[in-house]
Amino acid sequence: MMILGYPAALLGSQLLVGLINGAFYALLSLGLAIIFGLLNVINFAHGALFMLGAFVAWGLLNVAGLGYFWALLLAPLIVGLLGAVLERFVISRTYKLDHLYGLLLTFGIALVIEGVFRNLFGTSGLPYPVPPALQGGTNLGFMFLPIYRGWVVLIAVVACLVTWIVVEKTPLGALLRAATEDASLVSAFGVKVPRLLTLTFAAGVALSAFAGVLAAPIYSVNPNMGSSFIIVVFAVVVIGGMGSIMGSVITGFSLGVIESFAKLVYPPGSSMVIFLVMIAVLLARPAGLFGKNA
Amino acid sequence: MLEISGLTARYDESKVLHGVTFTVKEGEVVTLLGRNGAGKTTTMKSIMGLLATRAGSIRFKGQELIAATPDRIARAGIAICPEHRGIFAGLSVHENLMLPPVIAPGGLDLDTIHDLFPNLKERAHGPGTKLSGGEQQMLAIARILRTGAKLLLLDEPTEGLAPVIVQQIGRTIREIKQRGFTVLLVEQNFRFAASIADRHYVMEHGVVIDEIPAAQVAASTDKLRHYLGV
Repeated sequence: MMILGYPAALLGSQLLVGLINGAFYALLSLGLAIIFGLLNVINFAHGALFMLGAFVAWGLLNVAGLGYFWALLLAPLIVGLLGAVLERFVISRTYKLDHLYGLLLTFGIALVIEGVFRNLFGTSGLPYPVPPALQGGTNLGFMFLPIYRGWVVLIAVVACLVTWIVVEKTPLGALLRAATEDASLVSAFGVKVPRLLTLTFAAGVALSAFAGVLAAPIYSVNPNMGSSFIIVVFAVVVIGGMGSIMGSVITGFSLGVIESFAKLVYPPGSSMVIFLVMIAVLLARPAGLFGKNA
Repeated sequence: MLEISGLTARYDESKVLHGVTFTVKEGEVVTLLGRNGAGKTTTMKSIMGLLATRAGSIRFKGQELIAATPDRIARAGIAICPEHRGIFAGLSVHENLMLPPVIAPGGLDLDTIHDLFPNLKERAHGPGTKLSGGEQQMLAIARILRTGAKLLLLDEPTEGLAPVIVQQIGRTIREIKQRGFTVLLVEQNFRFAASIADRHYVMEHGVVIDEIPAAQVAASTDKLRHYLGV
């Protein structure tokens, strides 16, 4: 079967690759957007913490003998806790300064974490097996679907949905949205806002560690795996705008797919296409597709 | 209940409060009157701990709060309905109402609040800022009645509202007083303030310059005209 001059199987597999990358863009930009919304910190360490999530999964398997599903649960908790400590003792010191200091500080943190892991593990990457329960594939008729990849797309959508529900539909989320608008008024209602900031940073970072575990069996566990993602993720955030969670998710998945189809149509342009979209969006809607105009 | 003495505060380099002193007794409605820029709103923010530069003494139920953070002051039992109402645009009416955590027993329950402000029930699921100005003001007052705070700081609740809504807010404040709340009110609208308050303090250039009990308002009309420039 041919569609637009391409075999359906090829289009299908490109769509899948796009959705996989999109899933990571969505999960990472979601955390970035939540953190930026409340803390006003552009968290450059996000990619490094994503990488850390993958390494924690690797460590749990090879040191503690705990498999993939344990890692999916424990790595976000461990990295989230580290994030809470980072926010409480280091990042919180920049809140009274210009935003640029938060950006530079988290960039420095990213360089330190990545440097340490490069030193310890080199850059060739460590293998992480697909868990036995998710091995193999299934034939959809027009294409072959590796089960693990389908699982990643599915679970990423679920994680995005859960995050959306927590932020938009729960009292805790209402507190978060209110503090994003006017933190000092929220504190005047008796809420310990610094604790809310710590919790938010930890949650955003936990989400990126969760993505890191999902990524471990697909890409090798590598100290550089975060930095290759994070630049594109920043472009995704710029395109989607900081305003809405759904915006980050939709933008993340769509850009993954656009990038992947660009690879099919004009391979040399595929690494460029997201940034071209970014330029176009910045010209037409500086606040981003889903952002609220400041 | 609230004793303020020698309160000073500054924004950046300019000092706005130069030693404010006054008291509010339990169960009273007390207003701070004064022209624009006299320091009324700054006094409210300082009581709530929202200005880090404040100094002097703020005692609430005998407890010194001058160095306390806003969340601690709130949990001591003071709640603010800020200037411009502070309704959150990203939250529904119901979420705005339920946002302030309950800090002590004795607040009004949701049914009582809905009886007092029926509009808030009808429009519970719409965005908070899509309410009319009067409804937003009701919401801003209603949400601090829930929390169990006993001293309410109302900063210009009648600002920009139609006379019929102003009357409604007046009734609400009287109702609040009857239920045992204490109210410190900032007002530009002197006739409104005179209709509900037990005592008035007049502020000018960052200090309290006069105190007028309700019984003497009629006799002090000329003096008040002079103070307020009306």
